[in-house]
Amino acid sequence: MNKALAVSEVHSPWRILAWVVPAALLLIAAPFVIDPFQTLTLMYGLIAAIGALGFNLLLGYTGLLSFGHSAFFGAGAYTVAFLVKYLKIASMELFLAGSVLVSALISVLFGYVCVRYTRIFFGILTLALSQVLWSLAFKFFWVTGGSDGLRVPTPTLLGAAPTDDKMEFLAHKYYYYVLAVFAICVFLMWVIVHSPFGKALQAIRDNETRAEFIGIRIRRYRLIAFVISGIFTGVAGALWAPLNGLASPDVLVWTFSGEIVFMTVLGGFRTFIGPIIGAIAFTYLKTYAVGFTVYWQLLLGAVLVVLVLVLPTGIMGAVERLWSRLKRRN
Amino acid sequence: MGVFLIHVLNALLYSSVLFLIAGGLSLIYGVMRILNLAHGNLYAVGAFVTAWVIGWAIEAGAPTALLFLLLPTGALAAAAVGAVIERTLLRPFYKRPEEYQLLMTFGLLMILEDLIRLVWGPNPLSATTVYAALGSLSIAGDRYPTYNLVIIAVGVIAAVFLWAFIYRTRFGVLLRATSQDKRMASALGVNVNRIYIQAFTLGCFMAGLGGAIVVPSQSAVLGMGVDALVLAFIVVVIGGLGSLEGALAGALIVGVVREVGITLFPEIELAVLYLIAALVLLVRPAGLFGRASA
Repeated sequence: MNKALAVSEVHSPWRILAWVVPAALLLIAAPFVIDPFQTLTLMYGLIAAIGALGFNLLLGYTGLLSFGHSAFFGAGAYTVAFLVKYLKIASMELFLAGSVLVSALISVLFGYVCVRYTRIFFGILTLALSQVLWSLAFKFFWVTGGSDGLRVPTPTLLGAAPTDDKMEFLAHKYYYYVLAVFAICVFLMWVIVHSPFGKALQAIRDNETRAEFIGIRIRRYRLIAFVISGIFTGVAGALWAPLNGLASPDVLVWTFSGEIVFMTVLGGFRTFIGPIIGAIAFTYLKTYAVGFTVYWQLLLGAVLVVLVLVLPTGIMGAVERLWSRLKRRN
Repeated sequence: MGVFLIHVLNALLYSSVLFLIAGGLSLIYGVMRILNLAHGNLYAVGAFVTAWVIGWAIEAGAPTALLFLLLPTGALAAAAVGAVIERTLLRPFYKRPEEYQLLMTFGLLMILEDLIRLVWGPNPLSATTVYAALGSLSIAGDRYPTYNLVIIAVGVIAAVFLWAFIYRTRFGVLLRATSQDKRMASALGVNVNRIYIQAFTLGCFMAGLGGAIVVPSQSAVLGMGVDALVLAFIVVVIGGLGSLEGALAGALIVGVVREVGITLFPEIELAVLYLIAALVLLVRPAGLFGRASA
């Protein structure tokens, strides 16, 4: 991995607050300002952002491109569906706990195999393993519902039963629940990437040999990063299932992993908030593209191609470049 | 005995098509170090173009013999699409990290997937006239479609030609030289850009040929490209990315496992294939025939 892929870090506490406070206020006020449909789209975006944030711990900070993160997202979603169907559980907290456990288990298993490799082989291996899960979910239809998936009803939040009006429940109570989990995840990830552990990952990304030389146990660090990454994406899957109302194999198939990669690159994987911006932008882009034309894949594909050709640093990279140009002019 | 023979033929049939797809994928990776995620879509392009051309020829009242001559049109179309893609979209990426190449081909996958839908609509296209024209023959008492033997023959011929092409011609020497050391080849006067576009076109031609010969026996449907790609991945991972011998061995292994799997363990047939691929990677990271690299 070369220097061009490095995550750039320039921030003071005040500048961070100047960004976080308005963003938080906007997100808190959102359900009262925009209509419920928009709120749901925003929720899909926030949930995708948690997944992309987890994914970027591998791509942006450790330098590993996974093409199999659909496995963890799907594991989270299916854990919720199984808990509902087989254990008759309805509590969102238990859903989250269960999906953390399951995605941790799967990512330890997958990670143990995958982190032996880097670059293209890492990508193919993650892809192949995620497809094992997909084919199992697809073929064992008496357990998983096959291509129809499994229904997930609205859960109880902190013990409170859901209100009757489903749309109202999702767009308000569940929105704030998702927002809270999102905030916790962002905070945790921020702490992780700025901890000595996070710095060690970046050292591995920038120069594997030197990192090993100063005593970093590369494979173990990569495995831990892989597991953390998997858990974050699993949590995203767990939050997604009740919102979508259905856990289906669509989120296990490898092209969904491609979408996670897409959103991260769209936002810019060299910055901390890039994946968040990218996930929300991608969700809006996809929602409108799907509504606008049946050829939405064509549209999104073209966006990706143009993005990779002219804006490899994503939205955040473009903003930064624009910002520094404006600064220089003044 | 007859049943066993038919299973063997089915496995070979499957392996032939897989070899055409995976061989192209492997060739491209071997020479250019690009893993083309849109490769399956070129296979689909081959199938759709052939089915479309044949359907059109039947409407025009062409004799059946002519239809056979029209089969390769899909392969030519895929090769043409490949040549355009390499020249316009992939060439700017050779000096950039491979993550970007992967993303670019993922974008191409999305674009081609929908372009096929845009051009040929959402309904399957078939060219069964060709399939039916050959009828079936009797193998140890069981009926077996003759056309399937044609597919196997094309697979075998393609493998032989490719081998001769790469190991017995001047172009093959240049190809192997570029694959082994691009800089050195370039320093010795090989036009690397030309080799790249030729290799990519040849790889796409093979994928298109796979689609073109398969379409009379099964319709061209949307999504066939992505399905084929994932199987081709398994083949190249087992055999070794970038190795043609590996693609052949991998295709045979996957063909046999699939044929056995469909009859014995249909639920986990795909999972077994992926697990074999993962196991091979664990034991021999570069695949059965791969050179150790990366």
